[in-house]
Amino acid sequence: MDRFLYLTFDGLSRGAVYAAFALALVLIWRAARIVNFAQGAMAVATAYAGYSVTNATGSYWLGFIVAIVGGLVLGALVERVVMRFVDHSSPLNGVVVALGLVLIIQGVLGMIYGNEFRPAEAPFSRDAFQLGDVALLSRYDLFVFAAVGTVVVLLTLLFTRTSTGLRMRAAAFAPDVSRLLGVPVSGMLTLGWALAAAVGSLAGMLVVPTELGLHPNAMDLLFISAFTAAVVGGLDSPVGAVVGGLIVGLLLTYVSGYLGATVAPMAVLILLVVVLLGRPDGLFSRAKARTA
Amino acid sequence: MSTRTDQGLSLHHITVRFGGLLALDDVSLRVSPGRVVGVIGPNGAGKTTLFNVICGFAAPQSGEITLDGKPFKPRPHHLNRHGIARTLQGVGQFNGMTVLENVLTGIRTGKPTEKAAYEALERTGVADQAAAYPAMLPYAKRKRVELARALVARPRILLLDEPAGGLDAEEIDWLAELIRNLDTTVLLVEHHMDLVMSVCDEILVLDFGKPIALGSPDEIRGNEKVAEAYLGTAA
Repeated sequence: MDRFLYLTFDGLSRGAVYAAFALALVLIWRAARIVNFAQGAMAVATAYAGYSVTNATGSYWLGFIVAIVGGLVLGALVERVVMRFVDHSSPLNGVVVALGLVLIIQGVLGMIYGNEFRPAEAPFSRDAFQLGDVALLSRYDLFVFAAVGTVVVLLTLLFTRTSTGLRMRAAAFAPDVSRLLGVPVSGMLTLGWALAAAVGSLAGMLVVPTELGLHPNAMDLLFISAFTAAVVGGLDSPVGAVVGGLIVGLLLTYVSGYLGATVAPMAVLILLVVVLLGRPDGLFSRAKARTA
Repeated sequence: MSTRTDQGLSLHHITVRFGGLLALDDVSLRVSPGRVVGVIGPNGAGKTTLFNVICGFAAPQSGEITLDGKPFKPRPHHLNRHGIARTLQGVGQFNGMTVLENVLTGIRTGKPTEKAAYEALERTGVADQAAAYPAMLPYAKRKRVELARALVARPRILLLDEPAGGLDAEEIDWLAELIRNLDTTVLLVEHHMDLVMSVCDEILVLDFGKPIALGSPDEIRGNEKVAEAYLGTAA
C-alpha cells in the first residue's frame, strides 16, 4: 500500500507535466488544426536558453522567466515565419514541416551546446516528505502542481472570460466567419502559437530537472507521452489534456513501479492504440452536430 | 463632401468574373438608410456573389462601392468597424462554443457584455438556449442564433443571406415580423418570394449576373422579364 501511494503521488506529479505539454499541443491544434511535432524541440530550445541564463546569472527564476518568454517569442516566430506559409490543404504538410523543424532545432542545439547531457538543477528539493513510512510529495512536486495548476486556471480564464480568448476560439473554429465578425484571425493564430509554445516551455523547464538533464533530444520521450495524453483526452479539449496527462503519468509510474521501467513506453503506446480504436476523438470529445 | 442623399451603401457598375463565368455584369444598386432592399433571382443569378463583393470575399474586376458617398474597399475583418453585419446561408456558427459565446463574438467594440448578448438572444427568441451548443439545436433555432449574433453588433447595415432557407411557414412569419421591426438598413438575399414581397421597400432582380429589374414589390410582381427569368417563358 505504501508503494502504491508513493507511485500514485509520483505519477500525478509526472502527469501534471504531461498535462502541461499536452495542453500546449491542444492549444495549437485548436488554433491551427496542426499537431505540432516540433513542440518538444521548441521546448528544449527554450530550456537551454533558460538554463544558460541561470548559469550566467546564478538565478534559477531569471532563467525560468527567460524560458517562458523565449517560448512566447519562438512560438510566434515559428507561426509567422514558417507555419503561415505551409499549404494546409493536406494535414500532412504541417506535420512534415514540423518534423523538419525538429531536425533543424536539434541540430542547431547540438552545434551550440554539444550532445552531452548537461545537469539542470531543480529550484526546490526533490526529497519527498515522509508520512510515517510513506514517501509523499517533494517540494519540487508541489511546485510542479502549483505551476501547472496556475497555467490551467489562467488559460481557462483567458478562453472563457476574456474577449481575446473568445476571439481566439472563434478564429480557430471558423476563420472566415470570424473575419466577418471583425476578429483579426492571423493575429489570433500567432497568439495561439505563442501561448502554446510558452506552455510547452514551462513543461520543459519542469521536466528537465527530473530527467537526466538537458540534451537536444531530451523531450522526445516526453513528447510521445504528452501526445498520448492529448489524444486520450481529445485534441480539442483542454480539460481532456489535463486529465489525459494525469492518466498517462499514473500509467507510466505504475507500470514502471510494478513491471519495470523498460515496459513503460510500451504501456503508453498500448494506451494510445486502445483509445484510437475505441474512442478516436478522445475521452472528452464533444458529441457530433445534429442534422435537422 | 458627402451629402444626405449619398448616405448608405451604393454599388456602381460592379462586374465580377470567375474565369470565363460572368458572375455579376454591370450591377448598380443603392441601399439608402432605413430601407429594406431585396435581391432575388434564380439559382446562380449572382446574389451571393453580390454579398461576397460587399464583404470583401470577392473582388470586382470593375466598378466601385461607396459608403456614405466615400469609396469603400471592403475587407472582411473591417466590416463590423463600418457597421456592417452579415448572416450566412449555411448558418456558420462556432460549434465548439455555446450560443451565448457565439453571440458575444458578434459584439462590435469594447468588452463583450453578456447583457447585450442576452438582449439579442431575447429579441430572436432563443435566450433560453444560451448555454447550449449550436450544433445540438434544431436548424431553425440555429438560424435565430445567427440572427442574434448579427444583431448584437447593432449594425447600421445588415446583410441577410437567405435567412428563410430551411424554415417552416410559422418561422418565416416570425422572421418577416423581425425584419419589419428592425431599425436598421437591410439588404436581403432570399428565394422565398412571399417574405421578400412582404418586407422589402425595393427589389433588385438578377439573372445570370445581370440586373433585369429594380423597383417596388408591386413593380417587380408585374414585371414580365422577372416572370420570364423565373418561369423560363413570358408570363
